[in-house]
Amino acid sequence: MSSASFNYIRAAELTDALARGERAGAAYLAGGTDLLPLWKASLTAPQEVIDISHLPLATITRSGDALTIGATARLSDIAAHPEVKAHYPLVCDGILASASGQVRNVATMGGNLLQRTRCPYFRDAGLACNKRDPGSGCGTRHGENRHAVLFGGSPGCVATHPSDLAVALAALDARIVVSSASGERELALSELYPLPGETTAPDSSLRPGEMITVIRMLNAARFANHATYLKIRDRASFEFAVVSVAAALRIADGAIAEARLAAGGVAPLPWRLEKSEAALIGRAPTEHAFAEAGALAIEGARPLEGNAFKIPLLRNAVIRALQTAGGQS
Amino acid sequence: MPSSFALACHNRGRTFQCHGDVHHMTQSLNANIPKQSIALSIKINGTRYEREIAPTATLLDVIRDELGLTGTKKGCDMGGCGACTVLVTGRRIASCLALAASFGGADVTTIEGIGTADRLHPLQDAFIRHDALQCGYCTPGQILSAIALLAEGPLSIDDIREGMSGNLCRCGAHANIVAAIAEVGGL
Repeated sequence: MSSASFNYIRAAELTDALARGERAGAAYLAGGTDLLPLWKASLTAPQEVIDISHLPLATITRSGDALTIGATARLSDIAAHPEVKAHYPLVCDGILASASGQVRNVATMGGNLLQRTRCPYFRDAGLACNKRDPGSGCGTRHGENRHAVLFGGSPGCVATHPSDLAVALAALDARIVVSSASGERELALSELYPLPGETTAPDSSLRPGEMITVIRMLNAARFANHATYLKIRDRASFEFAVVSVAAALRIADGAIAEARLAAGGVAPLPWRLEKSEAALIGRAPTEHAFAEAGALAIEGARPLEGNAFKIPLLRNAVIRALQTAGGQS
Repeated sequence: MPSSFALACHNRGRTFQCHGDVHHMTQSLNANIPKQSIALSIKINGTRYEREIAPTATLLDVIRDELGLTGTKKGCDMGGCGACTVLVTGRRIASCLALAASFGGADVTTIEGIGTADRLHPLQDAFIRHDALQCGYCTPGQILSAIALLAEGPLSIDDIREGMSGNLCRCGAHANIVAAIAEVGGL
C-alpha cells in the first residue's frame, strides 16, 4: 500500500475538471481500476485526483450510421447495450473478453483505452523501465520477454498495449474526441498511441490536462454480420492476451468487399494488419485466402529471445478469426 | 513499508532512487499536501453511515476498518481475487479497487446484508449443501458475485464458469461453487 496521499476532488462540471486537470500532479479518476493498483504499488503518485465518474459523460447513442460512446460509460453497460449488441458485436466481444465481471462493472471506455501496460518490468518499481522512468533502460528487452512485442518496439521499450477493446475499436476505425480547457480535437484511435523512442515510451499522445470524452464510430455497423474477436491467453478467463485478433469483413456477392484486421498483444498499440486486409479484397472467403492473409500478418515481425512462439500463434489466430468471421451469416 | 530493494518512486514527474524506508520518503515528498478529510455518507445494508475518511481510503477499508463490517474480506487488494466483492445498487464490484470517496451516496450490500443464520439466502444454503467452501475466506465474495451474476440474465454452466472468474478459491472448491450457483439458477 502506498503511503503517499492525494487530495480528492469530485468534479461537478466538465469545465471544472479540465481546468484542474492541467495542473501538475493532477490525475483523472473514472473507474479507478487501473489508477488505484498503480497508486498502491507506488507506480504513480498523483497529488490531486479529479473524479470524473459523476459527470454526464456516459451516454451511448446511435444516430444514423454513427455510434457515440461517452468516455465514462462502464464496460458492462456498453456490452449490454441493445444497439451495440445488435450492430457492433465486435465491441461487445472485445469487452467481454476483458477482465472480470466485477472490473467491467466499474471500468470505463476511456480508462480502458488509457490503461497502462502490464509489462512486469513496468509494474515492478524495482526494475528498469523507460516507460515508468525515462532513461532507466528496458529490463524486458534482454530479460523475461515472453509477453513482449513483435512489431513497433524500440531499443527503449518492447511493452504491449493490454486493451482488448482497443483492438476491436481499431478494426472498426474508431475515432476519439479529446477535450481540454482550451477546446477539443478529434483523432484516430491509432493516433492516441505513439511508438516508443530510444529512452522514452509515453503511453499516449494526450497532452497534460487532456481527457478522452467521446469515442465515435462511423458506418461500422456494416461489419456486424462478419466480425469476431479471438483472444489467445494463458487461462480461459480474466487474463490478458498473449495474442488477439479482431477481424471484420463485409462480404457481398460471395466476395470480400472490405476487410479489417487488428492484432493485440503484439505491439505498443492495436496493430492493424493492412497487408492482410488488402490481400483479402475481392477474394472469396476461402481457406486459401485466409491462409495468405495469415502469412502476410507476420511479415516484418521482430521477435525477442522469448516470444518467437507468438509468430505462428499470430498467423494461426488470424486464420481462425477469419474462418469465424467469414463463416457467419 | 520498509523495503530492502532499490525502488524508483515518482512525484511530479521527477524520479527518486532510494533504499530503505519508503514510508518516510513518500511522506516527506507529500508534506506539502494538506491532510484532506472527506465527509462520506453511504448506505450499507439499508443503514446510512456518516464518516470522515481519508481521500485515499478504498471502499473495502472503510467497510472493514471504519464500519467494522468484516464479512467483506481483503485478499489480494489488487482486484484479482474477488474476496472483497460487494454490490453497489445490485452490481458486483471489487471494493478494493473502489475509491470510497467516489462512492459517497452509494447503496452498498455486503455479506452482512445477505441472509441470517436462521434464514439463509438460497445461495448460502446451496453452498453449504454442495460443500462449496473449505476455509470460507472467499465465500462472502463468491456469494455476492453469484447473486449479481444470476441477476445479470439467463446462464449456462459455461456462463457461470466465465462469470465467476473474478472470484478465486484457494481451496479449489470451484467445481462445487459452480454446482451450487447452477442449482439456484435452476440449471
